[in-house]
Amino acid sequence: MDDLDKKSGFLTGGKVTRREVLKTGVIAAAGLTLLPTVLAACGSSSSGGKVTIGNNHSDASDLAGMKAVNDAFSKANSSITLTMNTVDHNTFQDQINNYLGATPDDAFSWFSGYRMRFFADKGLATAIDDSWANVKSNFTAGFANSVVGNDKKVYGIPVDYYPWCVFYRKSLFSDKGYTVPATWDDLLTLCAKMKTDGLTPFAFGDSDGWPAMGTFDILNLRLNGYDFHVGLMTGAQKWTDPKVTAVFQTWAKLIPFYTDGYAGLTWQQACDTLVRKTAGLYLLGLFMTGEVATVDKTAVDDIDFFPFPFFGNAFDAEQALDAPIDIWMLSAKSPSLQADLASAKTYLEFWAKGSTQMLMYAANNGFIPCATDADPTTLSVLTKKAVEIVSKAQKITQFLDRDTRPDFAGANSMQSFLLNFLKTPTQDLTAFQLSIQDFWDKLPVYKG
Amino acid sequence: MSQSEPKALAPAPASAGAGALATKKRKRHYSVLNRRDKVLLSLMVGIPLAVFLLLIWAMTLVSIVLSFTNWDGVNPIAFVGIDNYTQLFTTYPFFWPAVAHNIMWLLFFVCLATPMGILLAVLLDRPLRGSAVYQSIFFIPVVLSLAVVGFIWKLQYLPLAGNGFIDSAFVALGWMDPKHAVNWLGDPTINIWAVLVAASWRHVGYIMVLYLAGLKSVDPSLREAAAIDGANERQTFIHVVFPVMAPINVVIVVVTVIESLRAFDIAYIINHGKNGLELLSILITNSALSEAGLIGFGSAVAVILLTISLVPIVLYLSRVMRSENQ
Repeated sequence: MDDLDKKSGFLTGGKVTRREVLKTGVIAAAGLTLLPTVLAACGSSSSGGKVTIGNNHSDASDLAGMKAVNDAFSKANSSITLTMNTVDHNTFQDQINNYLGATPDDAFSWFSGYRMRFFADKGLATAIDDSWANVKSNFTAGFANSVVGNDKKVYGIPVDYYPWCVFYRKSLFSDKGYTVPATWDDLLTLCAKMKTDGLTPFAFGDSDGWPAMGTFDILNLRLNGYDFHVGLMTGAQKWTDPKVTAVFQTWAKLIPFYTDGYAGLTWQQACDTLVRKTAGLYLLGLFMTGEVATVDKTAVDDIDFFPFPFFGNAFDAEQALDAPIDIWMLSAKSPSLQADLASAKTYLEFWAKGSTQMLMYAANNGFIPCATDADPTTLSVLTKKAVEIVSKAQKITQFLDRDTRPDFAGANSMQSFLLNFLKTPTQDLTAFQLSIQDFWDKLPVYKG
Repeated sequence: MSQSEPKALAPAPASAGAGALATKKRKRHYSVLNRRDKVLLSLMVGIPLAVFLLLIWAMTLVSIVLSFTNWDGVNPIAFVGIDNYTQLFTTYPFFWPAVAHNIMWLLFFVCLATPMGILLAVLLDRPLRGSAVYQSIFFIPVVLSLAVVGFIWKLQYLPLAGNGFIDSAFVALGWMDPKHAVNWLGDPTINIWAVLVAASWRHVGYIMVLYLAGLKSVDPSLREAAAIDGANERQTFIHVVFPVMAPINVVIVVVTVIESLRAFDIAYIINHGKNGLELLSILITNSALSEAGLIGFGSAVAVILLTISLVPIVLYLSRVMRSENQ
């Protein structure tokens, strides 16, 4: 290994670490699209089952985690042949309809909540109640609820999650004498102070369209509570409701504090302004620490966060927040599923173990394990704090685009609506909200 | 083929002078095509025709039918009449901007980018030191795919916070107040123009090369004759060269219209066609080909784009057919 380090170091100016060499190897292997995870036990009998899996964890670190999980699975179940099919994360999402409707893999990685129920209702997922019975003792009620379909059957195994909070740099706060705001008024005061100090108070980059959804979610949860939010996402409440108007009016007070040109910036570029201390605060998912590490590894320890400030109303007690959960599911139309059903369920049950989920966490600290028996002592300080905040929350939502139907949350629908609002927050909100509701009303009806 | 041709062709001139009866008789006995030729020909015509019918006409018809449904790609197909169209024309807020942007694209190309390419071609056609170097410089963007052009220009246009080149350079030169930096891609009133400049960067070079090739083929004696008649350079171009170039001019017009209607790549790379960069092609992709799975709705947009595309196609074809008849 030392030889390898030296050689690659020579070629690239001595900056390549052993870990990066390993990563490169993993990426190269993934390039083969169909990556057969060859079974640890070479001499095992051929009578064992098979399972194919569709994986959307395509980033290098995530893929390394997947490989570690699959290796461990093969070691524990040497008679099962596992084949992994990795697809780029966003492409997987764009093609999910065609993928699940045609010839999908036996098992696939996906998101919990409405987005899981949506495909379960379409008959594109297989219920796994029998497997769930074996593993449910390893999950708290919040996680258990997130994988139940509209037909009360269980469709997924929760494997990881990450909360959405407000991130900041501890050193910047101590240098400038800022304190963590507890209330909405504190937050506005802090933002105004940061602005006079020449900082961008709130880092924001909405080129991808979805980051704005995180702000809508948290304001709606704080102002109108969990029940209204869920009703709005599922169509029981109307977008024309004055409660929604209140959310937009409140949001308008935050917009002057955003990064200039946010609509042309990616979330990564906005994150970089926080790392470089030109911006003071950043509302995003915990996965942002991955981007911080790529910009400046030493800055990761300087990152801290707090839950979005409270408004002093009846919904403070909910302490609600977005904490999207990733899950593993079984498809319905896989041609090999009938033959592979037993081994596919074995694979899903394997994911329910804390030890499995910790392998993924080791590869990327953005994946907080869901299983109760995951060893908490090895979690980082930041992760422990995230776990604590989520466990305090009485209500947890997934995220706007996971809590509502996918045809409502896309680039030329909700993403565009929110950008439209951000551009002209003073516009006629009644007409604006009506156009959202109208778009919802015209979507295809799925259930009679 | 080669064996049968001389046999059949040789008597033909003779038969032209002979009576019609003789011609008929000979035709029956000596067909221009033998059996093998006929099989070969029907295969050569039949296979492309079948592919054409299947991949172009069948697909088009299916799209038209689907545009009257609300199919999601999975559930049984349910017909909804013209609902998709009424929604597009009345309440869907991103349809008319998309149409407007496609039209702006076309006008920008027709009025600015294409004439600019023609001007460059005319200038570079003159004896000029280093002409090949200039041609190469203008042609380089054409070699790049539009997706790459999108990436390149996205980096130039990024805001100051993202270290965009244009804003950073303007601020460094003192031409721009950093507090009022232009948000090229994020400001929905500006970003379509920024994208049009990026698209033109490539389009100008493309038109230049096409036109330059045409100019090279113009008979030099025409210019000489014009010069002898006392025409200056501008008169020579307008009254002699330009009319002679008619076939190339038609190609230029067709290329410009096609490039405008298929506009997609750059805007999609910049922000998936949101926030001022809506285009019909992107509406189709985002509705029908994404997780949304709104295949019926997306098909309705596709049918509208097809209808718009038919206008220049019909104009072009009618013109070509008219000249063929003459």
